[in-house]
Amino acid sequence: MTAVLTASQRATRRRRTLLVLGVLTLAVVAAYLTVDVTGSWGYALQQRGRRLAAMAVVAVAVAVSTVLFQTVTGNRILTPEIMGFDRLFVLIQTVGVFFLGAATVTTTDPRLRFAIEVVVLIGFGAVLHRSLFGRTERDVYVLVLLGVVLGSTFTSLTLLVSRLIDPNEFLTLQDLLFASFTSVDRQMLALSAVLVALVTLGVWRLLPRLDVVALGRDTAVGLGVEHRRVVNRALLAVAVLVAVATALVGPITFLGLLVANLARQLLGTHRHAWVLPGAALLAVLALAGGQLVLEQLFGFNSSLGVVVNFVGGIVFIALLIREPRQ
Amino acid sequence: MIEIESVSKSYGGVRVLDDVSLTIPTGGITSLIGANGAGKSTLLSVASRLLPADGGRVRVDGMDVATTPGPVLARRLAVLRQENAMSVRLTVRELVAFGRFPHSGGRLTAEDHRLVDEALAWFELGPLADRHLDQLSGGQRQRAYVAMVMCQGTDHVLLDEPLNNLDMRHAVQMMRMLRGMADELGRTVVLVVHDVNVASCYSDRIVAMREGQLVAEGPTPELMTPELLRKVFDVEVEVHELAGRRIGVPWS
Amino acid sequence: MRRRRGVQRWHVAVALGALALAAVASLFTGVSDLTPTDLLDPDEAQTRVLWTSRVPRLLAILLAGSAMAVAGLVMMHLTRNRFVSPQTAGTTEWVGLGIVVATLSFGGTSVFGKMTIGVAFALVGTALFVWLLQRLVLTDVVVVPLVGILLGGVVSAVTTFLAYRFDLLQSVDVWMNGDFSGVLAGRYELLWLVLAATVVAYLWADRFSVAGMGESFAINLGVPYTRVVMVGLAISSVVTAIVVVSVGSIPFLGLVVPNLVTLAMGDNLRRVLPVTALTGAAFVLVCDVLARTIRYPYEVPVGMIGGVVGGVLFIWLLLRARDRAV
Repeated sequence: MTAVLTASQRATRRRRTLLVLGVLTLAVVAAYLTVDVTGSWGYALQQRGRRLAAMAVVAVAVAVSTVLFQTVTGNRILTPEIMGFDRLFVLIQTVGVFFLGAATVTTTDPRLRFAIEVVVLIGFGAVLHRSLFGRTERDVYVLVLLGVVLGSTFTSLTLLVSRLIDPNEFLTLQDLLFASFTSVDRQMLALSAVLVALVTLGVWRLLPRLDVVALGRDTAVGLGVEHRRVVNRALLAVAVLVAVATALVGPITFLGLLVANLARQLLGTHRHAWVLPGAALLAVLALAGGQLVLEQLFGFNSSLGVVVNFVGGIVFIALLIREPRQ
Repeated sequence: MIEIESVSKSYGGVRVLDDVSLTIPTGGITSLIGANGAGKSTLLSVASRLLPADGGRVRVDGMDVATTPGPVLARRLAVLRQENAMSVRLTVRELVAFGRFPHSGGRLTAEDHRLVDEALAWFELGPLADRHLDQLSGGQRQRAYVAMVMCQGTDHVLLDEPLNNLDMRHAVQMMRMLRGMADELGRTVVLVVHDVNVASCYSDRIVAMREGQLVAEGPTPELMTPELLRKVFDVEVEVHELAGRRIGVPWS
Repeated sequence: MRRRRGVQRWHVAVALGALALAAVASLFTGVSDLTPTDLLDPDEAQTRVLWTSRVPRLLAILLAGSAMAVAGLVMMHLTRNRFVSPQTAGTTEWVGLGIVVATLSFGGTSVFGKMTIGVAFALVGTALFVWLLQRLVLTDVVVVPLVGILLGGVVSAVTTFLAYRFDLLQSVDVWMNGDFSGVLAGRYELLWLVLAATVVAYLWADRFSVAGMGESFAINLGVPYTRVVMVGLAISSVVTAIVVVSVGSIPFLGLVVPNLVTLAMGDNLRRVLPVTALTGAAFVLVCDVLARTIRYPYEVPVGMIGGVVGGVLFIWLLLRARDRAV
């Protein structure tokens, strides 16, 4: 049993944890930018800086969306990625190219394209939420399994549709779909950064109410929180953030699960004002640190997602095995 | 004062509340009694806007619960449901502090802190304040939840089966504390209770329900009669006077 | 004899008829012209097409489809969970890892080597799954397959990592995705082994039934529980390994088909097993005909069609199970 700490001791400890995380992240970021630069410093910094910026945007998007999603669903093993959101995003793009042709899709204003994709994701989130969540509280595991199967079906469907596409158009699609940190488009990056910043700011104003929503619907309503409105806004934010992250680098299924749970564990609280920054820092740490290790030690470039999924899958299994049902 | 006007509610074609009208006056403890499925919990949920009614309306201090903004109502009425499984890990103090949310929106003032301490003291939770909820026994946890509801500082407190999972000692302790809230703090307490004798010993008024309808309501002594209890529970009940209290004993 | 839920002889007869029709359709679908009337007087080319391509393909489909469905049925009984199958226990992914390891150690040529190592990995993987199950606090109907699927995800992350490292990524995609287009005389004969396994499963059906009722029940009836369970899981693993090595994986086949059949016919294994085998064959056959016609004259891997159809059916089964439970 853990020792009983007073509220102020806890707060001090939290602050220290967050500080350590921040320093660690800064160290990794500095290392990522400077280690083993050969040739022109300006060029290297520019290249690495852009990659790092992409990682930061994705990290924040994934961390915030996961924490919000878990609060809204009242469960710490659900994530938007596990429910198939990111796979759906990929499917939408593929279906778009299939029906409209690559030319139409690529010449459409990226902002409009993105808006349409986000709307579909929001619709999906709403359907999930209305029809699946909250009906009975005990069927979370059914939801997770459902999400996993949905994700796998979306992937099969994506593969199938992409086979039906003209090979030339398929190339365009590949450019759209198989992005990685090494090949992020500058304009796209700027747009994403702005979106993530705006959404995160919006979420910041919801924080106290989100803390209450995490107590469950009845308690939240009893405490005077407009539960449905908060949930709707949170889901909206989740849809935008998932879309941004997936558009930038493709699906990284388990990153959110890892950082959200780890942040809560390290900080010992569910308060969003602590957990959100903690999770975001951890995500940057995981991505930049992971990429650094892979690049420098193993000489790989773009297999970070695979490593994250490997570690994340194991952690998820451990969570499932340990977590007793309430 | 809580005014319930011809409220109805159905689940999947089954009428759980059928045109219920009832006024719960300010002050004291009012107990809702009735057999399983009589609609007590549903009525409590509708009255506290956790569930929307299909018809009719509920007013608390003249405000319609369906249209009054959540934060406004949360300063007048507090509610605790039976099941309070939470997915988050909180300390007792953190939980109780959430009771101040309708007033401070998450940023606790010095006054809020004082009220939290007061609620902790009232429910004898001081020594446990920095423990996590999952480290407590069922009875302690239940007290923590009720303390949060009390800390909300509302005139009306609605509790669904607050004695659930409590052993005899803790049940008596809980009822004593609720009695104190009504008598010393002047709160209006409404309970759903399944044990008639708890209702008889601790409440000022009883509301009896059966199959979604109101059977009778009034001061406790008037309602603790064999005739009424038979009507409500479908069981023969003898009512005995013991140390000034009316105790119902079922027999068959 | 009791006739449960109205499944009667004539239903089976109709199913057989449909299977025969689909089989004929399969024989005469393809790029080379071959119509039923040609069979009366085939020229040399047509004879060659028939015996080197069409007939082997049909046989491969029937063998793989029936065996995978039966493997799923046996696994479902032995783990006493209707959502457990080789494809939700990680077995398929272990075979994939085995294939990559075999390729790295023997080069890409030896089918026999791939099969041996594939079988070994499948056995190890299934054993690991069962070991994990015994450690699971929640032997919930949904948590068990969830753990299996996640385990599969972890294993396939390792596979992807190795494949990436040794530049086998595209080959792995081809191997894992169920596809009968490469089936020719001389290249599928290993699949006859799964017929033997299916027959063994049928002969042991009653023992599997008893073991499926639980250990104490089995011991009471004098059935050596551990041995029966081990044999049953070994049969499932071996079948999965051979099928994946020969033609690739068809997602959820081993799960969806036994579930549909037992829904209609109840759980008497001996009675259900033959129908499951037929239905499995028919399922794959129909998917394969679809795969060959949907983008005629090109082929789409049958695994993608199966993944979509199987996924949708799986989701339906899950929702149905949940609504029953509520």
